[in-house]
Amino acid sequence: MREDKGIFYRIDWVVVLLYLLLVFIGWLNIYAAVYNDIHNNIVDLTQKYGKQMVFILAAIFLALGILIIDPKFFSQFAWFIYGFFLFMLVVVIFSGRVVAGSKGWFAFGGFGIQPAEFAKMATVLALAKYLGTLDVSLARFRSMMIAAAIILAPAVIVLLQHDTGSAIVFLALVIVLYRAGLTGFVPLAFIVLPVLGILALLVSKVILVAVLLLVAGIFYFYSNKKLRTIVLITGIFLGSVGFVFSVDFSVNHILEQHQRNRIHVLLGQVIDLKGAGYNVNQSLIAIGSGRVFGKGYLQGTQTKYNFVPEQSTDFIFCTVGEEWGFAGSSALVLIYLGLFTRIIFLAERQRSRFSRFYGYGVASILFFHFAINIGMTLGLVPVIGIPLPFISYGGSSMWAFTIMLFIFVRQDSYRYDLV
Amino acid sequence: MDRIYADRRYLIIGFFLLIGLFFLARLFYVQIMVDKYILSANNNVLRYVTQYPARGLVFDRNGKLLVYNEAAYDLMVIPRQVKNADTMALCHLIGIDKEEFINRLQKARNFSPYRPSIFEAQITRENYGFLEEQLFLFPGFFVQSRTLRKYTYPVAAHTFGYIGEAGPEVIEKNPYYRSGDYIGISGIEKSYEDILRGKKGMKIRVYDVLNRDKGSFREGKYDTASMAGTDLYSSMDVELQQYGELLMTNKKGSIVAIEPQTGEILCVVSSPSYDPNLLAGNIRKKNYTLLLQDTIFIPLFNRALMAMYPPGSTFKLVDALIGQQEGVLTPDTRYGCPGGFPLGNGKKVACHPHPSPLDLVGAIQISCNSYFCRVFKSIIDKKSFASTRQSYENWRKEVMSFGFGKRIGIDIPGELNGNIPTPTYYDKYHGVDRWRSMTIISLGIGQGEIGITPIQLANLAALISNRGWYYPPHIIHGIGRKDSLNLAYNTKRNTLVDPRYFDIVIEGMGDVVTGGTGRIAQIDSVNVCGKTGTAQNPHGKNHSIFIAFAPRENPKIAISVVCENAGMGAAWAAPIASLMIEKYLKRQVKRKDLEERMINGNLINGKLPESERGQGNLLPD
Ligand SMILES: [Zn+2]
Repeated sequence: MREDKGIFYRIDWVVVLLYLLLVFIGWLNIYAAVYNDIHNNIVDLTQKYGKQMVFILAAIFLALGILIIDPKFFSQFAWFIYGFFLFMLVVVIFSGRVVAGSKGWFAFGGFGIQPAEFAKMATVLALAKYLGTLDVSLARFRSMMIAAAIILAPAVIVLLQHDTGSAIVFLALVIVLYRAGLTGFVPLAFIVLPVLGILALLVSKVILVAVLLLVAGIFYFYSNKKLRTIVLITGIFLGSVGFVFSVDFSVNHILEQHQRNRIHVLLGQVIDLKGAGYNVNQSLIAIGSGRVFGKGYLQGTQTKYNFVPEQSTDFIFCTVGEEWGFAGSSALVLIYLGLFTRIIFLAERQRSRFSRFYGYGVASILFFHFAINIGMTLGLVPVIGIPLPFISYGGSSMWAFTIMLFIFVRQDSYRYDLV
Repeated sequence: MDRIYADRRYLIIGFFLLIGLFFLARLFYVQIMVDKYILSANNNVLRYVTQYPARGLVFDRNGKLLVYNEAAYDLMVIPRQVKNADTMALCHLIGIDKEEFINRLQKARNFSPYRPSIFEAQITRENYGFLEEQLFLFPGFFVQSRTLRKYTYPVAAHTFGYIGEAGPEVIEKNPYYRSGDYIGISGIEKSYEDILRGKKGMKIRVYDVLNRDKGSFREGKYDTASMAGTDLYSSMDVELQQYGELLMTNKKGSIVAIEPQTGEILCVVSSPSYDPNLLAGNIRKKNYTLLLQDTIFIPLFNRALMAMYPPGSTFKLVDALIGQQEGVLTPDTRYGCPGGFPLGNGKKVACHPHPSPLDLVGAIQISCNSYFCRVFKSIIDKKSFASTRQSYENWRKEVMSFGFGKRIGIDIPGELNGNIPTPTYYDKYHGVDRWRSMTIISLGIGQGEIGITPIQLANLAALISNRGWYYPPHIIHGIGRKDSLNLAYNTKRNTLVDPRYFDIVIEGMGDVVTGGTGRIAQIDSVNVCGKTGTAQNPHGKNHSIFIAFAPRENPKIAISVVCENAGMGAAWAAPIASLMIEKYLKRQVKRKDLEERMINGNLINGKLPESERGQGNLLPD
């Protein structure tokens, strides 16, 4: 029907332009973050901004490449791609290079490739492929388990690489499962349990158990008082109590000291501005000092003097906050929100179940990165080192996110031909 | 079938927006509502304090400390952090006026607004104590400690050299150096820079708005320690060096002494010299300009390495060796001397009156010009060569094997090649194939275009005492350890003359001192071998030259002395060399009269040296 028109008439330009905008903002801010007197040529390839420019150009070529691949390819080869990256994740454990404490890098000459970044895209493909199969229903226990296995397999391997941040990202795919019909209890638990966990560390356990008992009592009072309901409520209550105690136990006995420190600092139990709380405090100082309109491009002092560590990767949002102020940083938040809602909107107009669930997967992964990364720089979640999509410095994440997004753009452009 | 769950999209989008809104609220709170973060931002400032390592020390061959370090303090400024400072108070503290203050601040800002620059270099210890108390009043200023080079003895300035701030060319080329870093600029400070400098470290400190040190940044996680430089063990005998400089008072010239078996330099005197402490610290710039402006004495010029002289009669030793090697001369070869060597055009190379004819030993002892002109002529005119050019090339190759005409490679920068003229030079000067042995006969008595440096002359004495080989002379023998070897100077070099030809020459040199032109160099109970020389000087009085080694049986010291504008070799160079040998071998000098006469002799201020008149019994060379 639209065969006569070229690919550039069919792709969704809103997504593409938001993507290009984010990439450009990222590059400007990496330049600002590493800018100094000595190396101030913006295309200096020895500097991060010069390298990022190369990464961006390569990413755009990758995107163009994906736009000319047969859109059916991705659903047909989803399992193969998934299998391939699972294999790479295992290989990298044995032959990879250690960067920042995690052993998840392949070294190619001067730079490293992190398979975990690509595994996210592969997992979304596999999950969409599975959920797109006609006889799959998440109401069935078996389907639920298979879907969970698809998500957890790469997550566990990444965890073995000591890359906790990347492993947690896979959990974002519960949003896809929810959209595919998973009971609302699971995503609810994903929200309630962290809250309960924080309370377990902050509040006396006696009081917490009492409160839980009270809540259980209220539920019981208003329930239909059938045996099944009573068993369910009792089960949830006992499960919650068990969870509270196990959180306390694992934080104090299983986690390593630096992880424990991060949690204590985040919860405000320990004020340690030079140690574990340093990053977050400096990050807040940098962002806070930006005020309404920021200090102006390249005028930031906090980021420039290296107060903020890893400012070009995990803490890039600080540079935005410091130099562009509330105006700039809230604009960036809005651009992201625009991208996510646009992707959801596009996902819903797909005729193919594969394409739709894939779209949801893309939105979930991007959203999770956005939420954790900015939440971290704003001192709202623990310091988990994951990049801000399209903005943070790094070739692997730039390419992986670009491929992931453009596979969806490609699917969307042929939505009438795909079923 | 998933259409039944389609409404869940609103919940999901709602969740996304909720988190987004939460972030916006948090941003609003952090960036607009509260002031505590903007205050903190102004309150702490990181400062990168370079940890300068102590530069390596230098010891003499007897373990005496020659070069060491003393603490000094630089007042640094980070222009961007300078705020509401009471300028006048600071100006007063360091003794500059307001204009100068603004000037310096602008200079620092031009370099970098947020990197430290030196505002006032090398503040004295007393001023530092005072300044430190007041410094909190001046945000943006801080003090950085570093070390100043000090010299125990005010001697050997040319050898030690000096350090100074690395210039832009150096910084451009070598990323180790940053503006304000010190680097060796001359002398061993330059040639051993990489070893002496050590490795810089960096400490990151946190300072608050009142310029108070709030401790190290992240418990020093990013700090790097500095590593002290490596010490050097010099082969210099500092007492001998001091004595040499004393003897050369008011004279232009140089003394180089070498231990023949090792090539280790015992002293290098270049006179006039200066106190090396003059070029250390912030007085360096001023003093350097003064020394540079002294165009009469040229104190910065290292004559021992950079001055070229015709070797005069000392070169007859080379003739004697090469003549034997080429088979045109034996110890029994005799030549008569009719008061000179006729050049064929009515002119002659003059000689002084002496018994005639002489054999080789006698000719060396008496330093007969005619004899060595004949030797040189027979070398160049040797039948086995097809042309003068070929035999000359052969001769030149042999001469250069003595370490002439090419830098010997001493570890003090600035050494010159000297000059043994190329055949092409004569081709240009006289025309191709238009020159013969007679044309260049003055080479035979070490005059003419030939140029040799004092270090090469001393090396000649050393290699004769070794009978044909030498280690390249060097001033540093131990790096880090006293007994370690300086591997760069570990390769023996041989001359192209067979060792068996040296004995007769050494015999001649012994006779020079016992009964020849260098009798004044005699020392009780030490057999000195020497040779006098006079370098013709078209610009003034001739230069006095003497080379020697001693004791003859087991040479411990080989020496060359050059005294500019001092006349014959026996007049000044020979007695000075002799005193140096006595000092080195016996540690004290008994010939006090001679010593005093040498020290007091003033050859610089144009006065005719007294000794010249009083020494009528000297033999010319
Ligand atoms: Zn004669």
